[in-house]
Amino acid sequence: MMMMFIIRRLMQTIPVVVGVTFVVFFIMQLVPGDPAVLLAGEGASKETIQAIREQLGLNRPLFVQYFDYLMNVFRGDFGVSLKNSQPVLDEILVRLPITMELAFFSIIFTIILGMTAGIISAIKPYSLTDSTVMIIALLGISLPSFWFGLMMMYFFSVKLQILPVAGWDSILHIILPALTLGAGGAAIVARMTRSSMLEVIRQDYIRTARAKGLRERVIIYKHALRNALIPVITVVGLQFGALLGGTVLVESIFAINGLGRMIVDAIRMRDLPMVQGGVLVASLVFVIVNLFVDVLYRFFNKRIELN
Amino acid sequence: MQAAAEKKVLLKVDHLKQYFPVKTDSLFKPKAYVKAVDDISFHLYEGETLSIVGESGCGKSTTGRAILRLDEPTGGKVFFSGQNILDLNKKEMRKLRGDLQVIFQDPFASLNPRQTIKQILNEAMAIQNVVEKPNRMSRMLELLGYVGLPAEALDRYPHEFSGGQRQRIGIARALAVNPKLIICDEAVSALDVSIQAQILNLLKKLQHQFQLTFLFISHDLSVVRHISDRVMVMYLGKVVEIADKKALFDSPLHPYTQALLSSIPVPNPTLKRERIMLKGDVPSPINPPSGCRFHTRCPFATEKCKAEEPALREMGEKHFVSCHYAEKFR
Repeated sequence: MMMMFIIRRLMQTIPVVVGVTFVVFFIMQLVPGDPAVLLAGEGASKETIQAIREQLGLNRPLFVQYFDYLMNVFRGDFGVSLKNSQPVLDEILVRLPITMELAFFSIIFTIILGMTAGIISAIKPYSLTDSTVMIIALLGISLPSFWFGLMMMYFFSVKLQILPVAGWDSILHIILPALTLGAGGAAIVARMTRSSMLEVIRQDYIRTARAKGLRERVIIYKHALRNALIPVITVVGLQFGALLGGTVLVESIFAINGLGRMIVDAIRMRDLPMVQGGVLVASLVFVIVNLFVDVLYRFFNKRIELN
Repeated sequence: MQAAAEKKVLLKVDHLKQYFPVKTDSLFKPKAYVKAVDDISFHLYEGETLSIVGESGCGKSTTGRAILRLDEPTGGKVFFSGQNILDLNKKEMRKLRGDLQVIFQDPFASLNPRQTIKQILNEAMAIQNVVEKPNRMSRMLELLGYVGLPAEALDRYPHEFSGGQRQRIGIARALAVNPKLIICDEAVSALDVSIQAQILNLLKKLQHQFQLTFLFISHDLSVVRHISDRVMVMYLGKVVEIADKKALFDSPLHPYTQALLSSIPVPNPTLKRERIMLKGDVPSPINPPSGCRFHTRCPFATEKCKAEEPALREMGEKHFVSCHYAEKFR
């Protein structure tokens, strides 16, 4: 039953991924700037530019280029970088683990901080603690990560000098980028946990649990939290998408050579195969995470039928 | 019916008050309170069913929750087997909770959707430790038998059952800890009429079998008539009338009770009956009317009713009414 469900969901991801390649390919065509001109360098002759175009197949009709690309991707060939002629896939395989590591620590931070804050708020709603936590959460949602990241860098690295400014060498290097990237998500998770908990706490089965003489702690963790988690899981899953987008900014701020920064550099260079490969892999990761969340969701919520 | 002298009081509620603070528009205004339950006293005999009836918002459910200390009462005393349970600390209270159980209205909301029936029943027994671990399985099967559910139910989740079946699970859960008193808060209101009858009969059967005492909270007078020994009518946080079921239904003395009773449909279309229609809505419990709280809607209200709050007076045998003019309505 569960296996069938996973297989069906996997099949559904194929059109999504193909759609992503389509959108990225044509959007890149709309971006001003010709890769051939950029490659040829300043002051190159028209003949040189034309030669580069022909060499790269850029003079063929767009749809031919697109289907050609798509067929190659299905064969596992992501093409070569226009910049340095290296296979795109090799570059991605170097960059992806770094970004995944960053995303992993960020999401852990999002979950732990967000849920803890949400539970603390929900236990005593409308109290001073609750208001304080929720105001901080509001700040977390509102502050843009490029500003927040720089402020953290200034405070922890420049002023206090307890954490490295940038780079990606040790576990210490992970802390600031992961905090920056996870802050918004943590705030959203905190608010979601709080409202979901408050909803559940009002239910009669919580009253029943109290009437049975269960300890308050057990009521909160065993009865309330487990039921309140269901919508929170969905939000965490969606946050992962936002997180992947956020890596683009955070990796640039903290000079981390991850997938996000690779895509930014490639866009700047009009390195079409590189951009497409990067975005394709990022969306694949997103789709897989969503699938995982769906499975988890059904595991947590016994009421959802597997069809 | 037992003789009056033999009856033992199981629960005595003494001047119970439950106020909830409400948000005011301005910081400078004094704090306002919803007087959900305002100074009520009554008692419950062992083995009887006392029903509390009244409109939505009259404080009947609040009374039930205050007795269970699910919401901490603002004032008053609640004696259970002679002991004021509002004096008990958390630990003592948890221990006592085995004796006091509750069945809620919505069988969809009163069971944790993520626990199997086995876990639900087992948890109740484990907390109160009423049954030794090795005997719990047989006890669970026994409980399911009492409420008329098959043994296969144990490994299923609440959503796999119908409303009536869930309410049976709720009852089994309440019974699991061998309670003395069960508060049924609108226990059948969410069910279809045919299922209501089944559940009511089940409750009656179990009451007989286990000498249970019921505090039955309901807005449905036909249900109340079916299950109660005595009935208490509430209006805006106050007790309006308490009497034996027969006395209350045959000769209600308070104008509000009379109006309530006249609203019961009679299954005879040719029968002409006098329907007392009440004017207006229930006033806000934040600023309840002065004097008799019912005076704003009472067809017989006088100046005295506006000024003076009527006391609960004994008008017949165990028939208490809070109306200045109860004699007139005999």
